[in-house]
Amino acid sequence: MTTTNIPVIQGPLRGSYFDWRSWLFWLIMAVWSIPLLWLVSMSLRFNEDILAKFEVIPSRISFRGYTDFFSDPLWVGSFINSISYTTINMVLSVAVALPAAYAFSRYTFSGDKHLFFWLLTNRMAPAAVFALPFFQMYQAVGLFDTTYAVALAHMLFNVPLAVWILEGFMSGVPKQLDEIAEIDGYKFGRFFVMIFIPMIRAGIGVTMFFTFMFSWVELLISKTLTGPRAMPLSVQMSTTSTAAGLDWALLSAAGVIAIVPGVIVIWFVRNYIAKGFALGRV
Amino acid sequence: MLSKKKNNRAWFLVLPVVLVVAFTAIIPLMTVANYSVQDVFSPANRLYVGLDFFRAIATDPAIIAAFQRNLIFSTQILLIEIPLGIFIARLMPREGWKAAAALVIVAIPLIIPWNVVGITWRILARPDVGLLGVTVNQFRPFDIGNTPADAWVTMVAMDVWHWTPLVTLLVYAGLRSIPQAYYQAAAIDAASPWSVFRFVELPKLRRVLMIAILLRFMDSFMIYAEPYILTGGGPGTSTEVMSILLSVLALIQFDLGKSAAFSLIYFLIIQVFSFIFFTVLTLDERPGATKKTKRTVIHKREDAVDDAASVEGGRS
Repeated sequence: MTTTNIPVIQGPLRGSYFDWRSWLFWLIMAVWSIPLLWLVSMSLRFNEDILAKFEVIPSRISFRGYTDFFSDPLWVGSFINSISYTTINMVLSVAVALPAAYAFSRYTFSGDKHLFFWLLTNRMAPAAVFALPFFQMYQAVGLFDTTYAVALAHMLFNVPLAVWILEGFMSGVPKQLDEIAEIDGYKFGRFFVMIFIPMIRAGIGVTMFFTFMFSWVELLISKTLTGPRAMPLSVQMSTTSTAAGLDWALLSAAGVIAIVPGVIVIWFVRNYIAKGFALGRV
Repeated sequence: MLSKKKNNRAWFLVLPVVLVVAFTAIIPLMTVANYSVQDVFSPANRLYVGLDFFRAIATDPAIIAAFQRNLIFSTQILLIEIPLGIFIARLMPREGWKAAAALVIVAIPLIIPWNVVGITWRILARPDVGLLGVTVNQFRPFDIGNTPADAWVTMVAMDVWHWTPLVTLLVYAGLRSIPQAYYQAAAIDAASPWSVFRFVELPKLRRVLMIAILLRFMDSFMIYAEPYILTGGGPGTSTEVMSILLSVLALIQFDLGKSAAFSLIYFLIIQVFSFIFFTVLTLDERPGATKKTKRTVIHKREDAVDDAASVEGGRS
């Protein structure tokens, strides 16, 4: 139904109404991208040049930072370590969060509000508070300096995040669906796996992205729980200073490489980015 | 919409989460609580000291200074990021591939590992090789490593760069949920752009803005990796925030009792703000919480117009 007798105006939200808005926006984005462009430019320069002369656009280009990264088992190993614990964490977090989010979205039960709030407080807990007890606990159970230790520890904030985001998506699925399935004779387990999970697969994908990402960006806990064997990329990056000073090109190249996984997948979740960062509440 | 069913067997579904989070949160917190009230010389030799450590924390000038720094930092970044985030969100394109591209580009700082944010800004702010450092040096001396004010400003700028996109995305999501009818109604009333923002958009953005403010407050209150990499808390202690101080106390000085007491106080502050956050988030999920505002009036007006249009359509 159109509101024909009201002049259809372009609200100030429509990009085409004021053209200067669009221009100003892209100008701001250009300014915003300067730090990252600078990082990329540093990664493509010679260390001698970086220290010898200041130039905005490199006069000659070197890929040594990147070749050094990929030819050094320490760097590649640390990259693989980071990928491993984030992946383990992602799978475990989503797996335990799925039934819980279903329970929160479909039922009321004794203490549900308190439980939901308690989960939130763990998402908000400062990592520094948990660093020391985690260190002692994972040493006591013999998991210190393994990717599993970091994966389990990151569940502290990622399980609550996954429950909150998934609950947001599940509440968007009509409850009638569950009842119809029950009338049709579906057992709960079969209904959940065969019907319900496919229906919220977009939500699961988004949740996987955010659990992966929050684990990928974290520094303090992954640093505290690892030694030389399971050293993550972020910690490896703090070891680049040598007697000759910082290896700028290698450090910048590692920084660029650490950004790539997120940038690759962000396109797929672009419509849910706000929802994910706001714990499924937007 | 059917209401939720009361079913206590749902506890079986949440049990895995409870077990996992109990293991990762409750056990460590119990350790912390345990350490906070006793002086541990060795596992066999402990002395119950009651609240001594808490008293020591509450009177420690370094911790009070770090707490104040955190408060000032959070206030400053909120004052910059919230208006700037709203401003950018209102400029964002709404339709087509441009909107999709804008979303991705705006979000990129958010997905950068926190230590890389620190490294990026450390490189950028170097007075000898960094673009920012060298540029500012043309006008006035700039040295992040020796001048506390420069380090502080860089830390704030870094956080604004890193997290304003979060505010932008939340506000953008909020703006998109405003029906066009609101703008049409405002146009009929010949509302100025400012009144459109003040009386149409801002009321609808209240909830996303509350979320943005609370998230930014809490995350900036426990910020660690970015300033740690950028300045290491220096020069001196000028950028030493609570998380950096706590991690030094706990992991380097290994001062169990004091760091445990500090942890509990820190955690309690965050708990209080989490509670406010939770209350805000669940405000409109409570029965009978829907407020009757101008929205109903506008909807009615739109419905009336629709009815009139359909009646006309039916006649013709």
